[in-house]
Amino acid sequence: MTAVAEPEVGKARVRKEDARLITGRSRYTDAITPPGTLHLHVVRSSSAHANITGIDTTEARKAPGVFGVYTAADLGVEGVGLPCAWPITPDMKSPQRPLLATSTVHFAGEGVAVVVARSAAEARDAADLVEVDYDDLPPVLDMEAALAEGATLVHPDLGTNENATWVFDSGAAGTGGSVDEAIAAAEADPDSVVVRRRLRQQRLIPAFMEPRSCVVDPTGEQITIYAATQVPHILRTMTAATMGLPEAKIRVIAPDVGGGFGGKIAVLPEEMLCLAVAQKLGKPVKWTETRSESLLAAHHGRDQIQDLVMSAKKDGTITGFDVHLFADMGAYNGLVGPGVPILGAFMYNAIYKIPALKFTCTNVYTTKTLTDAYRGAGRPEATFAIERMMDELAVELDRDPMELREQNWIKHEEFPFTTVVGLTYDSGNYEQATQQAMSTFDYAGLRREQEERRANGDPVQLGIGISTFTEMCGIAPSRLLGSLAYGAGGWEAASIRMLATGKVEVVTGTSPHGQGHETAFSQIVADQLGVPFEDVEILHGDTQVSPKGLDTYGSRSLVVGGIAIFNAAQKVIGKAKKLAAHLLEASEDDLEFANGRFGVKGTDKGLAIQEVVWAAFTAHNYPEDMEPSLDADAVFDPENFSFPHGTHLACVEVDTETGRVHLRKYVCVDDVGNVINPLLVEGQVHGGLAQGIAQALFEEANYDEQGTLVNGTFVDYTLPSAADLPSFDTAVVSTPATSNPLGVKGVGEAGTIASTPAIVNAVLDAVRQFGVKDIEMPTTSQRVWRAIQEAKGHATQETPVDTHSPGAGLGSIDPNNPQGEVQ
Amino acid sequence: MAQVRVTVDGVNYADDVEPRTLLVYYLRERLGKTGTLVGCDTSNCGACTVHLNGRSVKSCSVLAVQADGGEVTTIEGVARDGNLHPVQEAFNEFHALQCGYCTPGMIMQAIDFLGDNPDPTEEEVREGIEGNLCRCTGYQNIVRAVQGAAQKMKPGVPAETPAPAGVGQ
Amino acid sequence: MIPAKFDYVKPSSVEEAVRALAEGGEDAKIIAGGQSLLPVLRLRLAAPSLLVDLGGIADLKGIRDDGDGIVVGAMTPYFEIISDNLVQEHVALLAQATQTVADNQVRHRGTLGGALAHADPAGDLGAPALALDAQMTIAGASGSRTVSAAEFFVDYFTTAIGEGEILTEIRFPKYTGWGSHYEKFNRTAQAWSMCAVAAAVRVEGGSIAEARVGLTNMGTTPIRATGVEQALVGQPATAEAVRAAAEHATEGTAAPSDADAASDYREHLAKVLTGRAVLAAAG
Repeated sequence: MTAVAEPEVGKARVRKEDARLITGRSRYTDAITPPGTLHLHVVRSSSAHANITGIDTTEARKAPGVFGVYTAADLGVEGVGLPCAWPITPDMKSPQRPLLATSTVHFAGEGVAVVVARSAAEARDAADLVEVDYDDLPPVLDMEAALAEGATLVHPDLGTNENATWVFDSGAAGTGGSVDEAIAAAEADPDSVVVRRRLRQQRLIPAFMEPRSCVVDPTGEQITIYAATQVPHILRTMTAATMGLPEAKIRVIAPDVGGGFGGKIAVLPEEMLCLAVAQKLGKPVKWTETRSESLLAAHHGRDQIQDLVMSAKKDGTITGFDVHLFADMGAYNGLVGPGVPILGAFMYNAIYKIPALKFTCTNVYTTKTLTDAYRGAGRPEATFAIERMMDELAVELDRDPMELREQNWIKHEEFPFTTVVGLTYDSGNYEQATQQAMSTFDYAGLRREQEERRANGDPVQLGIGISTFTEMCGIAPSRLLGSLAYGAGGWEAASIRMLATGKVEVVTGTSPHGQGHETAFSQIVADQLGVPFEDVEILHGDTQVSPKGLDTYGSRSLVVGGIAIFNAAQKVIGKAKKLAAHLLEASEDDLEFANGRFGVKGTDKGLAIQEVVWAAFTAHNYPEDMEPSLDADAVFDPENFSFPHGTHLACVEVDTETGRVHLRKYVCVDDVGNVINPLLVEGQVHGGLAQGIAQALFEEANYDEQGTLVNGTFVDYTLPSAADLPSFDTAVVSTPATSNPLGVKGVGEAGTIASTPAIVNAVLDAVRQFGVKDIEMPTTSQRVWRAIQEAKGHATQETPVDTHSPGAGLGSIDPNNPQGEVQ
Repeated sequence: MAQVRVTVDGVNYADDVEPRTLLVYYLRERLGKTGTLVGCDTSNCGACTVHLNGRSVKSCSVLAVQADGGEVTTIEGVARDGNLHPVQEAFNEFHALQCGYCTPGMIMQAIDFLGDNPDPTEEEVREGIEGNLCRCTGYQNIVRAVQGAAQKMKPGVPAETPAPAGVGQ
Repeated sequence: MIPAKFDYVKPSSVEEAVRALAEGGEDAKIIAGGQSLLPVLRLRLAAPSLLVDLGGIADLKGIRDDGDGIVVGAMTPYFEIISDNLVQEHVALLAQATQTVADNQVRHRGTLGGALAHADPAGDLGAPALALDAQMTIAGASGSRTVSAAEFFVDYFTTAIGEGEILTEIRFPKYTGWGSHYEKFNRTAQAWSMCAVAAAVRVEGGSIAEARVGLTNMGTTPIRATGVEQALVGQPATAEAVRAAAEHATEGTAAPSDADAASDYREHLAKVLTGRAVLAAAG
């Protein structure tokens, strides 16, 4: 007998994919330049809302190296509209989203023409020569004003700025009680309270590090699209539908992709424009955006107003939660934009046994950049709302915020638990994660220090913030998506090819852009097939290699794609066992498979899987009722979501003299189910935390009164650097998911979803003593200082949100208003 | 056009370039050094960091003509004699990269930083790489990797990991 | 990201550079370290016809002791200033402020002369230069002249450097034995100063004998906080006394308002940070 091999799953394997990336042997889309490539530059609207009264391309067309300057009409694409795959209601209003604006521009940054030239520099130079005349229309910037009678309409033909209103009412659905009744009862009951709050989710920008890029190469039987995308398969299908091409004539390749975070789930006008121009000129066409273009024109995220009403008994038992959202769609519908707030609808009850919940979301059009998925998509908003409200309720009832949470959450012995929205949480243990987090954090000790600092009137006050979150991952059961009118399924595909030499090729329909799929999937396959980790090659991101898939978003790759791979591996073993039995002249029932070897029970006879593979390859001797192949395909459609959860604790120091918030300590204990690779899990949590914390402390996209994006460069859209963040204390506990054979739950979004309310709760916890009730995100030093001043009754000034603040290479030079500054 | 003579990763080049050509575009488009990446247009992200005459610089903020007569090292030139640089090794060991886009710049900056400060504290590392943005890792493992590399680079600790094929030859 | 076209010359002497500027006309521009200019060119916020690169003029680099002052060549990069022994001993405030400028990579390229000539009110080197009574030497077609820091900073991005002139060196009187500190407040580590305070004090027997205080980003130019300086002299170096003096920090300022800080908040910060800077300087 061979020794039992140490399982790969659970091992902190360093990543396979690193070798290339640490040596510069990378291939991001912009590095791909087939011979003869032409470069496309988009002329973008500087106006948020305007009629185009003229486009003069005469001078630009004469410029050196220019092949053409095209409007939508010149390319014959005026009738082409970009897809929205999620009509959330039957009567949802959908404006056509053109590839280039024709008569009217609807947001600053919308394309109006393209310049195509021999070099990127020549295209850029000629773009300066394109003259576009605009007749400005009033911008539409405020969601509530946009819904009011007589508001300027973004799309007059729709007759309204309302995209749709989507409602879930647990009373009507029969999954819980009536919120209206619960709140009315609480209002009439002296032993109950009703807490009403308005919270705001600021507009964020995904800000993946690799700017978007595509190369469309028409020189072959199939048109090849190289794209910095999370969704090569969806892009292929949607390109076919959008441009009227046979899907089989399109090949999409997502080479190395430098981050996505939801920001690269899209079908871009620029991709379709490159395709149209490539077809017209018969040459490869490349577009790579600059960072400023990306911030301006790539989709944004969040941007919601949350009106929240929570009713509870004075003993702390929550009786109802009414959620009303306004969600800013921007000027058009993104690929899944209208559905993003809806993805949060089922998470407002979070881990709590709330008996009645109503969710109403009104999506609104404005003349801003469109919004769509950004890490967490709907669930961070829900988690922020409920976790902020738990603190508000605790303040109202003068209770410890953790104790109040515990009173209301689902106890570990109550799983599986069907929630007020009808979802069944399969597993979890909130007590365990919380106990571990509280102990690591030294909750009691920090509370003591907080008391001391308060008593001493220390200029630096301490705040402690909690977020006990859950999320739904593993998007998604296809039938459920169907019931939500989503335009596709939620399955994932995998294939395993057993190569003659015993090496294994695994094809996945997921499409990584930093997650480490090659490593994690190799670990799973190595265990299942009993082959060395190094012998497994993961193939993805090219629709000719991986023809079937639904790509990577929503923490689905492991939970859905990984299970498809697992299932394909079982099929391979099934076939190999049959062949092995034949070769060993034994009954299949007498074979056992372990450590990559089919052994005949009770004997030392057996065959290594590689020997069986070779036998299948030579095909000299195999059963009559079998094909000579061990390869297998699988498509997995999940039966349920998975529900990772965790307890996140933040301790901040607030310098009350300056308002500066310093994140001193961050502890989280996450339950992501079984862990395939602890290194990767930790990395995902760290990165997720940084993004969630950045929402709480640093990032915000603002528009000025003209509808111009103020934060149009990395100078103003302030991503945190290493010097702005602390080290986090992260740990995992595991209650395996019961909905899939690997017991995994997904980890890609956990940190982002959980951390934002923990930070804001902590900041408020530090300054509530002065009478501060709320501080909008991001809780910048100025906002904190101002909140303290106002709570103390000191009048303060309005802050101009539309004025550039000095930063980076530009210093005080305002890129939106540079005149007269540069000597 | 202006002439630029420059040594990049040990190879001498002489080229005519437009004066406006940024060093990063010269490296990527003329020399094929696509390992050096462009992540922003305002000098914030540091993805384009290379060494010019032994010091880290943002190659978007240097004109190719300004590098005339100089020596440039990119991420493609730091592995020597078939061995990865200890900082490269540490980035792998400490899982200091995810999408990899900030990685070349981070590694180049970390190498420079460790040259000035061979045994840095966590806070010093964080300040030392403040000119490089990462959106994936939350920086924690990058900081660990830089500190880990510092330990590897102490005198008497040999670098032994062979580089993958095609590197440093 | 791709600058508009320009011509480029790299003279090897100040005289050649002055000539090139004159020949280049009004759209000619000097490039020093380029760390402020290149971002502007990449975004096409400026389109000079000619860049005159001072990087080839050896005379403009280096730091020397001229007896009672330290002279810094305009093209001396930040990282050399930070680690220079003469600067650390006699003009420590300059080293401290320079250490906070941008990031490591930028400090390898950016130059003191470039920063001062750029005269961004949010830049960190104007306030120490002003507080320390630096003298700027400016070369032109008719020779060299020297102006004090007080005369040098004229307005928003505007200095006493005339058309066709070049800042060649910056001389600082020695502040040997003084305590100093640069207190910078910004939104993120990469951001420029919302407000910052450069302070140098000479403490004698527990009392402040002399004080120099400059403010960053509290007006269209760096600002000398003379009110604070006067209030400090003769005071004990205690928190209470220093904070009282710091209340004068907003005298003569014209704080800008932007998204990070409206003017009232900036004024408040100026006082708080002045107190902190002076206390740190007084050790």
